Amino acid sequence: MKKIIGFSAFVLVAAIGFFAISAAQPQPEAEGLEVGDTAPDFELMNIDGSMVSLADYEAEEGHEDVKGYIVTFTCNTCPYAVAYEDRLIETHEKMAPKGWPLIAIQPNDPEVQPGDSMEEMKKRAGEKDFPFVYLLDEGQEVYPAYGANRTPHIFLLDTDRKVHYIGALDDSPRDPEGVTVNYVEDAIAAIESGNEPDPSFTKAIGCTIKTKK
Amino acid sequence: MQKLWHICFFLVGLTLLSGCQSTGGTEAAEDEGPKPLYTTYETFDEIAPIFNKQTDTTYVINFWATWCKPCVEELPYFEQLHEKYQGEKVKIILVSLDFPNQIETKLIPFLEERQLGPEIALLLDDDINSWGDQVDPQWGGAIPITLVYDAEKRSFHGTQFASYEELESMVEGVL
Repeated sequence: MKKIIGFSAFVLVAAIGFFAISAAQPQPEAEGLEVGDTAPDFELMNIDGSMVSLADYEAEEGHEDVKGYIVTFTCNTCPYAVAYEDRLIETHEKMAPKGWPLIAIQPNDPEVQPGDSMEEMKKRAGEKDFPFVYLLDEGQEVYPAYGANRTPHIFLLDTDRKVHYIGALDDSPRDPEGVTVNYVEDAIAAIESGNEPDPSFTKAIGCTIKTKK
Repeated sequence: MQKLWHICFFLVGLTLLSGCQSTGGTEAAEDEGPKPLYTTYETFDEIAPIFNKQTDTTYVINFWATWCKPCVEELPYFEQLHEKYQGEKVKIILVSLDFPNQIETKLIPFLEERQLGPEIALLLDDDINSWGDQVDPQWGGAIPITLVYDAEKRSFHGTQFASYEELESMVEGVL
């Protein structure tokens, strides 16, 4: 019996030691979701004043064929987000009919970044005629739960909200003419043919998400 | 024979590159004295050596852009650092990720106004997914970030500095 207790104690200490070490190791983007995780649903206000959740979106008429979501943290004020606006519109227009709508979430605190207030979001969406929903992460609880740390930052989910891809839309943020790989479209093609995306994670240049210091 | 062709291409490439580099740099240098306003790097491979120098110099490399508010806010800290370590083996390089179509309208006027002490590099390579790990594996792509390293130690700071003291203590940690 003593031996068992001794052994258990050893395992416990070893386990604690192991976790302590792994916690001390800096992991790339350790906080938030990883590929394979299940993303949380949310309920956020759209620019039309309605509340949108992924569950509701699927249940809506005309959305019966939804296979997944291109959840995109983006904003009005980041030049990288602006550089991607037209490509986000194109992506939604191309992929939504195939069952992969784009869901845009604006994560910045409008008090810190007034250009990202609901009023300004409505204005920008009107100017650009956004075909996708554009939600405000009011209270800033959704972006940390996802682990978004910049705009734009994309999370590709299926309808079970399983994460299949995290990163950039493509490999040429500053120059739309220079795109050689569209990571999101490639990822969707992989999922539809029964494979996992490769790459399933990419780095992307962007602006930090603005919060009160 | 093939080798010869490669050398030819290399030389042509080099000529083109130095051509590019002189557009912003040399013109400005004529106005401002010997130090060019900035150096342009079309691909990461060209700038890659600055991330792996095995010398007795400590490198402080910051990624920033004129459009990035937190980056611009912390630039004075790098200016102060540059003044403090002048004459010592500390080299500060500020790598700009400004947009190619905003170089004339934003970057150059900004640099002309600020007259920053540290060296400025303009990196145009957008495919960060292929080179980001060479800067630091922890970096997701948001800026600002700062890397401090010498031949033995390497330290990465993934956010904006709260104060000059925070930046200086990071550098002191490597020195």
